[in-house]
Formats: sequence, C-alpha cells, structure tokens
Amino acid sequence: MITVTDLRKVYRQGNREVVALDGVSLSVPKGSIHGIVGHSGAGKSTLVRCLTLLDSPTSGSVSINGAELSASRDADLRTARRRIGMIFQHANLMDSRTAADNVAHPLEIVKTPRAAIRSKVAELLKLVGLEGFENAYPSQLSGGQRQRVGIARALASDPDVLLCDEPTSALDPKTTDEILTLIQDLTQRLQLTVLVITHEMQVIKRICDSVSLLEAGRIVEHGPLRTVAADLGGRLSSTLLPLPPAETNGSGTVLEILYSGDSASEPVLTGAARTFGMDLNVLAGSVESLAGTQFGHLRIQLPAGADTASLARHLTGQGVAVRVVQEETS
Amino acid sequence: MNFINELMTNPAITKALPKALGETLLMVGVSGFFVLLIGLPLGIFLYTSAPGGLRPMRVTNRIVSDVIVNITRSIPFAILMIALIPLARAITGTSIGALAACVSLTIGTVPFFARLVETALRDVSSGKIDAAMVMGSTRLQIVAKVLVPEALPGLVAAFTTTVVTLVGYSAMAGLTGGGGLGQLAYNYGFQRFDTTVMIVTIVIMVVLVQLIQWTGDAMARRVDHRSAAQAGTKKRRHEPATAV
Repeated sequence: MITVTDLRKVYRQGNREVVALDGVSLSVPKGSIHGIVGHSGAGKSTLVRCLTLLDSPTSGSVSINGAELSASRDADLRTARRRIGMIFQHANLMDSRTAADNVAHPLEIVKTPRAAIRSKVAELLKLVGLEGFENAYPSQLSGGQRQRVGIARALASDPDVLLCDEPTSALDPKTTDEILTLIQDLTQRLQLTVLVITHEMQVIKRICDSVSLLEAGRIVEHGPLRTVAADLGGRLSSTLLPLPPAETNGSGTVLEILYSGDSASEPVLTGAARTFGMDLNVLAGSVESLAGTQFGHLRIQLPAGADTASLARHLTGQGVAVRVVQEETS
Repeated sequence: MNFINELMTNPAITKALPKALGETLLMVGVSGFFVLLIGLPLGIFLYTSAPGGLRPMRVTNRIVSDVIVNITRSIPFAILMIALIPLARAITGTSIGALAACVSLTIGTVPFFARLVETALRDVSSGKIDAAMVMGSTRLQIVAKVLVPEALPGLVAAFTTTVVTLVGYSAMAGLTGGGGLGQLAYNYGFQRFDTTVMIVTIVIMVVLVQLIQWTGDAMARRVDHRSAAQAGTKKRRHEPATAV
C-alpha cells in the first residue's frame, strides 16, 4: 500500500515560484492499480520524480506500508528507492547489456551472489514471457519485448510498489494490450501496489481499479473507476465514456443519460419510449464495460412537445442519470 | 630501380629509420597510456561535476573546466612543449629523448581527451541514469555500470582520435629533441634535402594513422550494441517477435 500525503513541489525559476504539485494526496491499497491521468504540464512528471525521490518534494510525505520514504541520508534514500520498481515510457534499458544483464542490474548493485542472480533473472524473464531471450541486446528486441525486460528489471528488487510512467505510450495498440494484460496479471500474482501515470484513457479503462485526474498540480477528481464513470457531467466520466460531437436535428429537447450496472441490463430506453409512446432519437452514444460493469452514455433527442420532465423522472427512478443539454427550441 | 636501390642502401633508412619508428611508437604508446589513465577520470569529473550533473560542484568544475582544460588547450602544442621542458627534466631526469617528450605529450593531450570523454558521456540518455538511480545505485555505480559502458563506443572513438593526434604531436616533439619519425624527417629530409627519407617517413606516418583508425573503428563497432544493423552477422540474431 502506498500513501501520498499533501505532496507539494515548488520550483524556483529566477524570482518566480512555480508550483508544480499543489498538495497531492492519494492512497492505493495493495493488489490494486491506480491510474493518474492529466494533460502535459499537469504535473505528472514532477509527481513521478517526487514519488521515486529523484526530486525531493518541498513538503508532504510518501509512505509505503506505513514506512516513510523521504530520507535525509543518501544510503537511506537508496534503500527506500528499492521499494519502488519503476517502468518507463521508453524502457530505458542499458544498450550495452543483454536482456538478462539488464534484469540483473538492480541485483548487482546490492552485491547479490552470482548464482542467486542467475536463478532470479531466469525466473523473472519467464514471468514476463521472455524465455530464450536472455542473450539478446535491447536493439534486437521489439518495443514490447523491451518493455517486458523493463518490467522484469523493475521487479528484480522485489518492490512493494510498481510505478509505471507512460508504460505504453510508445507502443502500438496490440502490444499495448499485451503489456497491460501483463501488468494486470503481475499485480494479482505478486500482490503489487501499482500506480500508472498516463495520458491514455485506454490504459485507465483497461487495467485501473481507481483513478485520479491531475490538473495544474492538484487532483481535481478521484475515486474508484466505477464511481467516477457513473458521475454524469464529471470530467473523468466524459473522457471515460466520450460522446462524439453530433448535430442536433429539429427542435426537440436534447438529453444526456448515463446508466450502469443493473440498469444497463434492462432495456431502459426502449422501456421509456414504450411507456411514454414517444420516438427517441439517439444522437450519440458510448457503451462500454469498465471495471467489470456495463456503462452506457447516450445523447438522445426527444420529439418536439414531449413531456421532458416526466420522462426524466421515469429514467431517474430506474437509476439512470439524466441531464438536459439543450432545451426545446420553438 | 634507382629509388629501390636507394631505399636499401641509404643508412638514414636502414639504420636510423627503424630506431625512429621505435621512438615514435614508444612516445605514442607511453603517452597514450597516461592520457587514458588521467584523461578518462578527468572527463568523467567534468561531466559529473557540471551543473545538473550527478554531483554538481560549481566552483571546482569551473576551475577545472575553464582554467586548466581550456588554458592548456589554447596553448599551441609546439609552445607548450618548450615551456614544459623543465618539468620533463624534473620527472624523467632528462630534457631530450622520447621519454622526456612523453611528459609534454601527455600534458598537452589529456585536456583534449578529457573534453572528448565529457562529450561522449553527454550522449548517454538521462533516462538510463534515472533508471539506475531508481534502482538505488550509488554515484560510483552509475559511473561504472551505466555511464562508461553505455558511452563505450564513443569513448573508444574518442581515444582513437586522441592517439591519432598523439602521432602528429609526437612528430612535432621530434623538433625539440624528442626523437622519432618527426626528428628523422626534419634532420634528413629538411636539413639534408634527402627527399627519399621525407617520402618514406610520410608513408609510414600515413600507414600508422590508418592502422590506428582501423583498429579503433573495429573496436568501437565491437562494443556497440546500440543498433541491430550494426550488431553484425557474428552475433546470434533472434527470430522476429511473435510473442509480443
């Protein structure tokens, strides 16, 4: 479990103070994957550097299983860092080392006996599905294979926390999917605490249990994936279940509705249409399964002169969130 | 026929030339060894102590970089050589001969090599250093296990360039009594108008430099694992990825 409490980072730029992190707090339980999304400049990179103590935060704390990470002495700092395994966007493998030697690197620096290194490396390469690639140099591997080596290397020191900084942003969709499956699988198997920092919503949808939206150094929305997705009108919800822009024809009221879980298995919309005897026009929609729950986000237009209020009441009664985006025009 | 005959009988070529070649090789070899020994750590220091480096040391870096390295590099070697004669005498006990020349050759070339080392180290991506830091590496481990191995192809190329420069400087050292091919060409080729000696010396120097460059290039290729294309045919290539 990793807990971040009120993390602040202020940089000095000449006479100006730049607040890169403005009180970030989050907590991720063991065995779960937390995603942090944000645009570039939101403070993602600073957060990563502060979590790995590559940069020291101005204030606030990071603790793993209750043990404080920030340390004043260099030696303590190095020990603390070993509790976090990290994977990078571009894997950052050593080109002069073979796959096996790259995985062995974190073990070498703590002077692990050679025989122990060999068996651990073999075990890790097997874990990430790279048996037989021990002697390959990074240049001989594909992007996905390089990232697998990076994951094996990150796990070599038996860390409690796996920090993933844009782990799939340099990979193609198919490879992305495979790497995400691997991360998810390892999280379960090794009971890791995983933090994924990304700008790709796809990554969040695929593997995260909970998510935070980082903006201008603050977490502006956070929660379990299911909860934030169900929040109609929320920023995360509208990026998780995006609606394409669609032109509205006619003058009828336009509604956005969001249903999930149980209500998703019922034919809510056709039910409502039948009850009220009106033709509902679906303008745009996004129907997806997130964290094992079915979600539907639709933009619908009612016929002119329809009884919007009672339709909305009916839908709300069935556990569907409703929002009017455009009033009837006459 | 005449030229061949001359080559076989001219004592400057049959007697003096092998000795001069030996002296040149001695100068390049000994000073090359010391340049590597002093220049590599100096170059690493220039890199790590720079602002934003592994261990920034503003003042010391400034002093070493601007004062020592740049000043030494801005003095033409011919002048530096003469200026360093007393130092050479203090270290080797003599002011003439190949060994004495090694002192000024080393001092004149170390800053040059150190700068090339610094540049080669700058090419190592900061991501690799971050990765090593996150593993909990000490600074020394980062130097030994990341910086030097990752920059090795560049370092080998830098040393090759430095040795070639040493060949040139060693010829200059001949003019102040250092011996070697430079002195041979000067004494016989210039002062005695012996064109044959001049030509033979030039040919030997050209061949020497070529050999050094080829060897250096071959070694740089051997230690370079950065691109699959360069990995060559000797190395085992893996099947294209099917799993990933």
